[in-house]
Amino acid sequence: MAGLAAIFGSGAMTNSIREIEGMDAIFIIGSNTKESHPVIANRMIKALHRGARIVVADPRSVPMTRFAEVHLKMRPGTDVALLNGMAHVIVKEGLMNREFIEAATEGFEEWKRSIEEFTPEEVERITGVSRDDIIRAARIYGEARNAGIFYTMGITQHTCGLDNVKAIANLAILTGNIGRESTGVNPLRGQNNVQGASDAACLPNVFPGYQKVGLPEVQKKFEEAWGVKLPDSPGLTSTEMIIAAFEKRLKAMYIMGENPVVTDPNAHHTVKALETLDFLVVQDIFLTDTARLADVVLPAASAFEKEGTFTNTERKVQRVRKAIDSPGQARDDLSIIMELSRRMGYPMEYSSPRDVLREWGELWPPIQGITYERLEEEGLQWPCPDESHPGTPYLYKDGFPKGKVPFSPVSFNPPAETTDEDYPLVLTTGRNLFQYHSGTMTRQVEPIEAHCGTPYVEISPGDSRRLRIRDGAAIRIVSRRGAVTVSARITERVAEGTVFLPMHYREAAANLLTNDALDASVKIPELKVCAVRVEPVKRR
Amino acid sequence: MVQITIDGKKIDVPEGITILEAARRNGIYIPTLCFHPRLTYFGGCRLCIVEVKGFLRPVTACTTTVNKDMEVNTSTAELEELRKLILELILSDHPHDCMLCEKAGACTLQELAYTYGVDGFQFAGERRRYSKRDGNPFIERDLEKCILCGRCVKVCREIQGVEAIDFGYRGFKAKICTNFEEDLDCEFCGQCVQVCPTGALTGKLWARKGRQMSLREVETVCPYCGTGCNITVHVNRNEIAKVTAREDSWNEGWLCVKGRFGYRFANSPERLTVPLIRKVPRGEGAPEKVEDLFREATWEEALDLVASRLLEIKEAHGPDSIAGLSSARCTNEENYLFQKFIRAVVGTNNVDHCARL
Ligand code: SF4
Ligand code: SF4
Repeated sequence: MAGLAAIFGSGAMTNSIREIEGMDAIFIIGSNTKESHPVIANRMIKALHRGARIVVADPRSVPMTRFAEVHLKMRPGTDVALLNGMAHVIVKEGLMNREFIEAATEGFEEWKRSIEEFTPEEVERITGVSRDDIIRAARIYGEARNAGIFYTMGITQHTCGLDNVKAIANLAILTGNIGRESTGVNPLRGQNNVQGASDAACLPNVFPGYQKVGLPEVQKKFEEAWGVKLPDSPGLTSTEMIIAAFEKRLKAMYIMGENPVVTDPNAHHTVKALETLDFLVVQDIFLTDTARLADVVLPAASAFEKEGTFTNTERKVQRVRKAIDSPGQARDDLSIIMELSRRMGYPMEYSSPRDVLREWGELWPPIQGITYERLEEEGLQWPCPDESHPGTPYLYKDGFPKGKVPFSPVSFNPPAETTDEDYPLVLTTGRNLFQYHSGTMTRQVEPIEAHCGTPYVEISPGDSRRLRIRDGAAIRIVSRRGAVTVSARITERVAEGTVFLPMHYREAAANLLTNDALDASVKIPELKVCAVRVEPVKRR
Repeated sequence: MVQITIDGKKIDVPEGITILEAARRNGIYIPTLCFHPRLTYFGGCRLCIVEVKGFLRPVTACTTTVNKDMEVNTSTAELEELRKLILELILSDHPHDCMLCEKAGACTLQELAYTYGVDGFQFAGERRRYSKRDGNPFIERDLEKCILCGRCVKVCREIQGVEAIDFGYRGFKAKICTNFEEDLDCEFCGQCVQVCPTGALTGKLWARKGRQMSLREVETVCPYCGTGCNITVHVNRNEIAKVTAREDSWNEGWLCVKGRFGYRFANSPERLTVPLIRKVPRGEGAPEKVEDLFREATWEEALDLVASRLLEIKEAHGPDSIAGLSSARCTNEENYLFQKFIRAVVGTNNVDHCARL
């Protein structure tokens, strides 16, 4: 989450999940919380019972809207305009927090000029949300003493992803809604250990703990610790890897537990790229579509079969314990990597994951106080610099590491691919409650498959009437990149002009259709928006 | 704080809490069935009756708040007789099939019957018979075992915000109903299963996988979304029999359908169990069948091949011609070691994971 880190100093959730109970306004934008993070939604419902007011901004009528006082049903890809519009109202009505702006921020005046054009009328025109609702939402957020904002990939999966995050941050600092208990900005992580994988630096531009590749003192620190010369220029991101493979600059890939053929945008392209490699190793628990392309497939242990830690979306490091033995000869990833390193002339020997955590802590002080002994009882939230430190439930209590927080003017850019006569509908993708990600795990679970095992597309009653599509009928969705056939689910959840295709089904992979235009600076593929047309499938 | 006396013991408790809470905080046992600390309460089962000095009749401890100098008795001959009577009545309308019940050993009702020595035959008469089986794939609803405590109705409304179930009918016919008594079609979070004090609600996946006594419990973290709920995995030999969550975990015992019922992938027959090495080239015309694509190999052979090919490619094209992609599903330690492998062993910063996705 480069965007948030650049503004505040850290890219993580600033509050803990527990604190949601104490919020008096909850603003959810681009997060289908009730389905993607259901137990976080439980906390929001609890807050609601205690009097919290909830605003949901989402092009779809996601289940969380049932609990919302205002639902801002904007056109897909118009988040920035909506956020700027809310900020405009807050400024105009004097709901901002002047003391906070004075003490902790910079660039307010200049930024203020940048939002002048975002009047409720103008924003209504861009987003399709009524001006009254924009004003109501702005008041709910602006008048609250403790307000929290929540967002996920919904907001970062646009070409303007980084702008969205900036616009969110602007709203928070404008009202001083950060740095206190139950008050903050909270990106919700999609997968169980995205936070940990980032902290541990499975990232091309940083060493563990977000220490920049290329800085002499950082290079020196890690070279001394690991006893080897280290490369000092940033590497390729996952999307760049696929492009590099396609262009034959990349010759070999080692993929551990990922299934890019189903999760990357533009699937045809990904398959071709991986096929072009000289050598591909895939380590996974199932023979995924990606593993089928491999030269060597290594059977790995599942999360129930190993010891270790995961870091959840609220920065909490928690203990993972082995419950069962792996089937057959499957091994945990740690021992596989150690075996390979031995064979490649740089042995990395650890007697247990405990030692790995210790080494990591020595190199990254914010987790130095986290030990397996302490985790026996409960998880600990970083920063936790020493063994007597209780962990940090919310960030920036004592100010921001980078000093004053800048207001960042953001202008509105319409989504990269807009609709036209041939492709008149907007396709959005995302998750449903029952399946998970590429389906590697959930699609092996019988009751989940029985209940929600068939791919479908959500289409509005209006569009289905116009296109003469019946509920449950097979339809073809065609984009500039490909086509899939699925059954239609007619529902008010999606607005007219929009269709929604869940991302989990390989037999109707959403990424056969999507666009791989990239956000210039954070490189999150634009999975959420692309133009399509829908055709009934003729019965033969 | 106010001072009250429970069973002759003087204790200081905060004002406004209930007698039940005051007792629990001080380690004094009062039996309950319908009470649940995270839900609203309504004194439905009446097992928590206590005597309060100055009151003519017993009061329910879960609904009565403490007052200064209150004197409470939790156990008198009369109270215990009343409790026995309540249990007799509940059990008189309960299937006597603990030997087949999934909940045996973890059932509050069974435990109370045991403690009070009640078998439910005293008032044996007509029993409720429900033969229709709910066809949903996740939750077994055995309404003959339902004691109408209402916890499931409350958890569904108050915690989950769904209201998929409610009380229906009256008197002897009263039962927990879905809309129009159709098959349950809801979020299948299983919170209702978690709070049910009897065997009325259980997981369909749990059936005959093992009961309390044969299960080993392991505390760990849900392998799905970034919420990171704490879960308890119940293991029978080498198979996961069920997943629950502890009430004293930070997630308060709540889970979603994936965390609670999505564990079966681990024991799936489709799991990879041996290293595989490719037999045929990639690309157009690759066969469909796994056997035609790969041959099985030993770990030695597979690891040697990976190591030597990576070294060759590094030699021929430089370390930046190699890249590693790791997973947000792997542990911190595995991710740390993976990036160290790519950086220190292979010698490139081409390492990423799917956070962007
Ligand atoms: S599974 Fe969840 S949503 Fe369904 S009835 Fe039970 S509590 Fe309600
Ligand atoms: S139980 Fe559900 S909400 Fe909790 S971590 Fe698992 S998937 Fe996420």
